[in-house]
Amino acid sequence: MSDSNSQDANGVNPDKDVNATNLPGQRGDQGEAVRVQRGMFGANNGGDTSGYGGLVRPVRMPGASSRPYGGWFDEVADELEGALEEQGLVPENAIEKTVVDRGEITFHVAREHLPRVARTLRDDPALRFELCTGVSGVHFPGDKGRELHAVYHLRSITHNRLIRLEVSAPDADPHVPSIVSVYPTNDWHERETYDFFGIVFDDHPALTRIMMPDDWQGHPQRKDYPLGGVPVEYKGAQIPAPDQRRSYS
Amino acid sequence: MTASYEQPHAPQQAEERVTTEGRVFTVTGGDWDELAETVGKADDEHIVVNMGPQHPSTHGVLRLILEIEGETVTEARCGIGYLHTGIEKNMEYRTWTQGSTFVTRMDYLTPLFNEAAYALAVEKLLGITDQIPERASVIRVLMMELNRISSHLVAIATGGMELGATTIMIYGFRDRELILDAFELITGLRMNHAYIRPGGLAQDLPPGAVDHVRELVKKFRKNLPEYDKLATGNPVFKGRMQDVGYLDLAGCMALGATGPILRAAGLPHDLRKAQPYCGYQDYDFDVPTADTCDSYGRFLVRLEEMRQSLRIVEQCLDRLEPGPVMVADKKIAWPAQLALGPDGLGNSLDHIKKIMGTSMEALIHHFKLVTEGFRVPPGQAYTAVESAKGELGVHVVSDGGTRPHRVHFRDPSFTNLQTMAAMCEGGMVADVIVAVASIDPVMGGVDR
Repeated sequence: MSDSNSQDANGVNPDKDVNATNLPGQRGDQGEAVRVQRGMFGANNGGDTSGYGGLVRPVRMPGASSRPYGGWFDEVADELEGALEEQGLVPENAIEKTVVDRGEITFHVAREHLPRVARTLRDDPALRFELCTGVSGVHFPGDKGRELHAVYHLRSITHNRLIRLEVSAPDADPHVPSIVSVYPTNDWHERETYDFFGIVFDDHPALTRIMMPDDWQGHPQRKDYPLGGVPVEYKGAQIPAPDQRRSYS
Repeated sequence: MTASYEQPHAPQQAEERVTTEGRVFTVTGGDWDELAETVGKADDEHIVVNMGPQHPSTHGVLRLILEIEGETVTEARCGIGYLHTGIEKNMEYRTWTQGSTFVTRMDYLTPLFNEAAYALAVEKLLGITDQIPERASVIRVLMMELNRISSHLVAIATGGMELGATTIMIYGFRDRELILDAFELITGLRMNHAYIRPGGLAQDLPPGAVDHVRELVKKFRKNLPEYDKLATGNPVFKGRMQDVGYLDLAGCMALGATGPILRAAGLPHDLRKAQPYCGYQDYDFDVPTADTCDSYGRFLVRLEEMRQSLRIVEQCLDRLEPGPVMVADKKIAWPAQLALGPDGLGNSLDHIKKIMGTSMEALIHHFKLVTEGFRVPPGQAYTAVESAKGELGVHVVSDGGTRPHRVHFRDPSFTNLQTMAAMCEGGMVADVIVAVASIDPVMGGVDR
C-alpha cells in the first residue's frame, strides 16, 4: 500500500479501520480464536515493565475465505460441491467453511460427512485425490467445543494438486469417523493420532496404540499433558526442565 | 541363561514356557534345529515368530510378528514405537530455530531432508519463501542430493549385508563415509547437522568445500559402476531379489507408498518434478523408474537415482554464486555469522566486537532473537520434499508465538513400512528380510 489514503474496493481505508485485516496480529473477528495473548512480549513469568502489561488480545487462525479462491482452488471447490449435490448432500452442511491461506486451500468438513467427502475426492474423475498423506492431530484447548482437530492432506498425482481437509471434535466427544476404508494408508496414521491425541476414529479396523506402550495412561501430544523433564546442572548453574524455562508466546 | 556363562561357546538352549497363547519358545542362537524338532512333534502347525526388536537384520528396533506355516508366512505385522523419542512434543517447547536441531535427528540417514522440509514449512508460514537467497537454495539442493546418495548407499549396503553379501556392505559404507566427510567439512558434523535453518543456512560453505565436493563427484563417477558390476547382473543377487516384496501400483497408492517403492512400480512421481521447491525446476535430471514392482526394481531405481543426484550436484557447483545464505530480514535472520574458531564452532569475533563494543541496539537485538526467538503469524502450512525414501511432509501450526503450536512429520519410512504385510504375506520367511530391506525403513524416522 504505497498511498496511506488509498481505499480498498469496499471504500474503506484499511489503515484507519480498527477491524482491518492488515494490522499486525489482527484478523477482524474471523477465524477461530486459539488462545489469548496477554502483555506486550508474551513472557509468562516475571513482570512486564513495558507499560503494556494489561494488553489482552485473542489470537485467531486465518478466517473463512469467500469466492473466488483463485487458481485451481475454485475448480476443485466447484467439482466437490457438484459431486456432493449429486449424492443428495447439501454442500453447505458437509463443508462448514473454506479457508485459503498461504497458497493452500483447507476445507473444514463436518465430521459425520468426512468418509463421504473423502470417497468423493478420491473417486471423482475431476478430483482424483489418490494419495492421502495421513492425518495430523492438533489440540486447541482454547477453541471451545472444537478442541481436537484432525487434519488430512490429500494429493492428486493426476492433476498435481494438494488440498487439506480439517475436521474437529469436542474434547467431551472425541470421535471422528475413520477413512481407512477409503485410504488404507491411514491405518497407522489414525492409530498414531489416537495414541497421541485420544481422537477415537470410529470404524477403524484395529484402533490400538502404536508408539506408546499398550498400557500407557493419557495421550502425550495433548496440550494438557506435561512435557516432563528434570533440571540439569551445566557449568555450575541449574538449568530448569524445558517446560519450566522462561518462555515467550 | 546362566548356561551360556559357564560354557560361552555352547549353543544356547531354547527356553520353553506355556502361556495362555500356547507354548512360547525363546530362541537366541543357533538352536533352530532343536526347536524345529520339538515343534515338529506338536499337533498344531500354527507358529508365531517374534522377530526383533533386537535383531541384526531388522534395521534397528523394528519388531516383526510373523505367523508361519512351515516356511511360508501367512500373516505379518510390525511392532513399532521402540525408538519413539517425542520429538514432535519437544519441539512445542523450543523456538522455531531450535526445531532444526530436533528434526535432524528423526530419520538419521536423511538429516538434511528433515531440516530442509522443516525450514521450508516455517518459511511458508512466515511468508518469506521468495526471499530465501539463491545461494542458500543452491547449497540446500547440493546437500540434499549428497544426502540422497548417502542414504541410498546405506539402503543398498545393509540390504546386501542382510543377503550375506558383505562386499556390497563394505563398499556402501566406504562410499557413504566419503559423503559424511564432505558433510563434516561443510556443517561441522557427520550427522545431526542442524545446518539448514528457517531463513537460510547456519553458515556459508567453508573455503575449499567446492573443490572437495568436485573431487567427491569424481570419485563417485569411478565408484558407482562397481555396484553395477557387483550386483546388477549377479545371478545370486537377482535370484534373491527378483519377484520378492512384490507391490504393484494399485497397492502403492492405497497404502501411500512413495519414493523408490512407487517408482519401481512404474509411476514416475517425484515431488522435485511435480511440486518443485528450492529451485529444482532449474536443474536437469531424470526420474528413473522400473516396472518390476519388486525388490530388485527398487535396487535399480536407487542405483540410477544416485547417478542422477551426481548430475544435480555438478549443476549446483556450477551454479554457486557468491552471496548471502540467510534471509535479509533482521527480525528472522540469525544475528551472527558463525565462524570456525580454533576451538570449533563459535560466533565471529567481529560480530562480538560490534555488539559488545559499539552498538547497544545490536546487542539487545541479538539477545532477544536468540533467547526469545521470532514470532510466526498464526496459521498452518504443509510442505513436502522428495526425501531419499519418499514424500517427507511437514504440517506446522503456529498460534502466533515464538514456538510451534504443533509440528507433525509425515515420515516416508512410517508410511512405507505399512506395506510390509502386503509384500510378505504368502511369501517365504527368508524373503521377509529382503522385502523389509527394500522398503528401507529407518526407525528414527518411523517412531520419531
